Amino acid sequence: MTIHILFFGQLAEVTHVSSMQLDDIHDTDILAVTLQGRFPIMASIETLVAVNRKVIREKTELNDGDTVAILPPFSGG
Amino acid sequence: MAGDLFERYNRQTILQGWGFPAQECLQKARVLVLGAGGLGCPALQYLAAAGVGHIGIIDFDVIELSNLQRQTLYTTAEIGMKKADCAAERIIAINPEITVTSIPVRLTASNAIKLIRGYDVVLDGTDNFATRYMINDACVLLGIPLIYGAVYGYEGQVSVFNYAQDATSPVVNYRDLFPVPPDPEYVPSCNEAGVIGVLPGIIGTMQAAEALKVITGVGQVLSDSLLSYNLLTQTSYVISITPHPDRQMNCPVDVTAFERFNYDWFCHSADLSCEITADTLESLLVANDVVVIDIREAGEEPVATYLQTLKLPGSRFTPEALIDLKEKDIVIVCQTGKRSLKLCRVLRTKFPEWSIFSLSGGVLNWNLHQLSQGILK
Repeated sequence: MTIHILFFGQLAEVTHVSSMQLDDIHDTDILAVTLQGRFPIMASIETLVAVNRKVIREKTELNDGDTVAILPPFSGG
Repeated sequence: MAGDLFERYNRQTILQGWGFPAQECLQKARVLVLGAGGLGCPALQYLAAAGVGHIGIIDFDVIELSNLQRQTLYTTAEIGMKKADCAAERIIAINPEITVTSIPVRLTASNAIKLIRGYDVVLDGTDNFATRYMINDACVLLGIPLIYGAVYGYEGQVSVFNYAQDATSPVVNYRDLFPVPPDPEYVPSCNEAGVIGVLPGIIGTMQAAEALKVITGVGQVLSDSLLSYNLLTQTSYVISITPHPDRQMNCPVDVTAFERFNYDWFCHSADLSCEITADTLESLLVANDVVVIDIREAGEEPVATYLQTLKLPGSRFTPEALIDLKEKDIVIVCQTGKRSLKLCRVLRTKFPEWSIFSLSGGVLNWNLHQLSQGILK
């Protein structure tokens, strides 16, 4: 199974990509651990997470083809 | 509608779905724009041009040369002048049929409610988290729709808070997106990160569009959604927002609590020196998980009024006693604030990641503070 991940704002700067695909990530907790393992600074950034364009706050099961968007807060004006 | 007004608004009144009813709604509307900067400038010019009857502008800043690449209401000759005044003058020139109020003051927790109350819609064009949380909470308490917009790098966000599109749709606010403010170390501002002028131009214009939709009821408002826009790819991504279970966690429950809430502390944007005032301690007690440690010796009077303390007398104090408290904000108090300051400095060197403070003026000052607030009867 493959999931798509979209990175916004400084998360795209941290990962150097605006999107990536990962295999065999079965839920959002595993995704968080995987990403923080690769990019430790992500643990320090507040984020909003959406699965298939819906905000989630708890561990959510991921299925083949799902899109996970990870958004940080912006303050600039 | 008089002849010249008929002509002024002709292109939108002939628009299908807009028409004279929408125009009348605009004419009666009162919109407050907070921040007349990169987002506020484009928003103001379209709100004024469209015929919003009353526009308030709050901004205490003056125009600087580095503002002009994105804050398009201002001219080079106006450098050093107040943004709120110049913006008001410019949009009245665009549309003399409307009323514009310039409010060149700094928005604070003590004046926000008074300044915001009475407006139908508020548009957030500010540039820091402390003010954004403050505006959000004020609008939640007052029940006023808030048009949110923010930028970072080449990206922007837009949403509408405190507004229900229909009876079944959820009403959300900024604390549903981010109940906990970010650590400023990881979120650079425009001043630090840079911004291309056209980006706030686009986001501010989107905010104006949402404000016009809220006022007129035309179209689908971004009321339970967050739109993310990327200038480099010209793409937008919309996600739907639901109320956060922890949304009320740190939110002031009423106007009194709001006015006492220290937003600079909440957003970690205050100077992190060792000493805090009695006022700040009160805010911390409301907002955070705080433990107050009294290091005075047994028998030292008076008791700290309305302050729950853990008693660890200085003569027998060991830093190890704090290990279990490291997740909390630790505030050390003594009689006058001298012993606690000394200990605070030692502990900060030992535990640099912990948040440890000393209460300035000690228990004596704290009790006076309580007295001055009329809490002691």
